[in-house]
Amino acid sequence: MAVLVLAELDNGILSPATARIVAAAAQLGPVDLLVPGPHAAAEAAAGIAGIAKVMVSDTDLLAESLVALVSTLAVRYRYLVSSASTLGKDVMPRLAGTLDIQPVTDIVAIEGENRFTRPIYAGNALETVIDNQARHVLTFRASAFRPAASGNAAPIETIDSPTASAARFIAAHRSESDVPDLATAQIVVGGGVAVGSTEGFQLIEKLGKTLGAAIGATRAAVDAGFAPNDWQIGQTGKIIAPDLYIAIGISGALQHLAGIQGARKIIAINADAEAPLVKIADLALIGDLFEIVPQLTAELERLGVKR
Amino acid sequence: MKILVAVKRVVDHNVRIRVRPDGSGVETNGVRMSMNPFCKHAVEAAVQLAEAGQASEIVVVSIGPKAANDVILTALAMGAHRGLLIETDDNLETLAIAKLLARVVAEEQPDLVLLGKQAVDDDSNHVGQMLAALTDRPQATFASAIKLSGGALEVTREVDYGRETLALPLPAIVTADLRLNNPRNAALPMVMKARAKPLALRPAAEFGVDLAPRLRIENISPPPERVAGQIVGSVADLAARIAAEIDAMEAS
Ligand SMILES: Cc1cc2nc3c(=O)[nH]c(=O)nc-3n(C[C@H](O)[C@H](O)[C@H](O)COP(=O)(O)OP(=O)(O)OC[C@H]3O[C@@H](n4cnc5c(N)ncnc54)[C@H](O)[C@@H]3O)c2cc1C
Repeated sequence: MAVLVLAELDNGILSPATARIVAAAAQLGPVDLLVPGPHAAAEAAAGIAGIAKVMVSDTDLLAESLVALVSTLAVRYRYLVSSASTLGKDVMPRLAGTLDIQPVTDIVAIEGENRFTRPIYAGNALETVIDNQARHVLTFRASAFRPAASGNAAPIETIDSPTASAARFIAAHRSESDVPDLATAQIVVGGGVAVGSTEGFQLIEKLGKTLGAAIGATRAAVDAGFAPNDWQIGQTGKIIAPDLYIAIGISGALQHLAGIQGARKIIAINADAEAPLVKIADLALIGDLFEIVPQLTAELERLGVKR
Repeated sequence: MKILVAVKRVVDHNVRIRVRPDGSGVETNGVRMSMNPFCKHAVEAAVQLAEAGQASEIVVVSIGPKAANDVILTALAMGAHRGLLIETDDNLETLAIAKLLARVVAEEQPDLVLLGKQAVDDDSNHVGQMLAALTDRPQATFASAIKLSGGALEVTREVDYGRETLALPLPAIVTADLRLNNPRNAALPMVMKARAKPLALRPAAEFGVDLAPRLRIENISPPPERVAGQIVGSVADLAARIAAEIDAMEAS
């Protein structure tokens, strides 16, 4: 049965999450992709394998407009799907309310055509639900799925934008950076409040640069103003699933661990051998991060690691 | 301006939960319960608007068992004026919760509804957005700043790319994120005073909303466990292990 996926855009550019959501959604049926943005983003999207058709509508990204747009298309689809990003979280429950559907969100595994697994209690339990509604509103965690291949040339159809939102967009405050996307990065280096300052975070960023890694932080580090909010990993931040996560000066509170359960390997650098994060790490080095991190960066460079 | 705040009673966020061995759910018997942290930020935001002379009445509503009176009392002690408990012993789905709240909105006609962005038990992050749909009001989710000026709201939201600011005409729905404010701990005299504030109790069935679940929970299981690995002895050792890891990653 047909699936409509709402593409994920950032600043008019297709985000890497979309290819993952398409791959996941393709398990449920043929996928049409809705791109709420410029035509160039639709062209990029048309290359994702598994897409039957791309629809493009240059609308604003506010929940009301997007819900109005998706609602007009909804009757044709059995599944309405997006990433469990801040965009998907904003839009899909509103869509579900409009269509009188109970949504299933933050899905990490598709067990069947109406059977899904999602984490609850900050990932300390996994819930498997059966959704017997005629139509399904779903969000998937991009980090839990592999990206679809490229090489497709799906047809692109332009559709009208519906009514605008009562809410009005005023300004974006974007943290400019050239580091990889946290939610889909292969390596992530994270810093905790122990890093102590924005200058301290430059040590973390330097190590990250050597490793070609995305940079993350704990809530405590963000609250303290050492790192921007979009670096936060955890229950209320981003969910990551890299091959390698290096956690530096991070205690490993439940709410932080909620964001890193999908990491394949975890390395902890911590002054405290009893820290919860050390207890779950595959490798740990006990000591002062201010000594270890610069030495580690230099040593990796000496070994010729460069990504 | 009149504000409605919805609050949920959940397993306290510091409790390490235990999954029942039979897969039927998470053990909540004898576990410490408290107000969902995000709801606390919503209550605090409402109280701050009242203190700034921008809100005249704060009504707080919770949906849950009788014991959820606790979290309403907490909100009243923080500064809300009156409470409503919609009583049910069932674990309602978010759509049913949003429908009940929509009835309350129809009765109370608040200019602003504040909710937490998610509850830390089911981590759904649905109710504010669904309520906005059901009441046809504009929404701003994940708020880290709220400003009222000239009868409209300016809300800063925490989003994946950073932050963004929206203007919302009233009436509107806003969900609170953690950096919105620092919720107060009500002093004892306020706690005593809260007990004298009006707190209505109405059964959920009275609202004429279809509360039947749409989903069936098949099973609840613990996540795969991670075990402690190895402590390495030196930076050089760690660097070598990371380099090897990256080689393996690039080979695969
Ligand atoms: C509702 C709710 C949601 C939350 N959501 C999130 C979330 O999404 N993400 C998140 O991260 N947190 C979240 N939190 C906060 C969480 O509970 C913790 O407070 C936070 O993760 C702790 O951050 P931290 O590890 O940086 O700080 P701390 O817990 O203070 O740990 C600091 C660590 O640094 C080590 N250290 C100190 N000095 C050094 C040194 N010189 N060298 C090496 N190591 C050193 C210490 O041994 C310690 O382990 C949430 C909390 C609540 C209530």
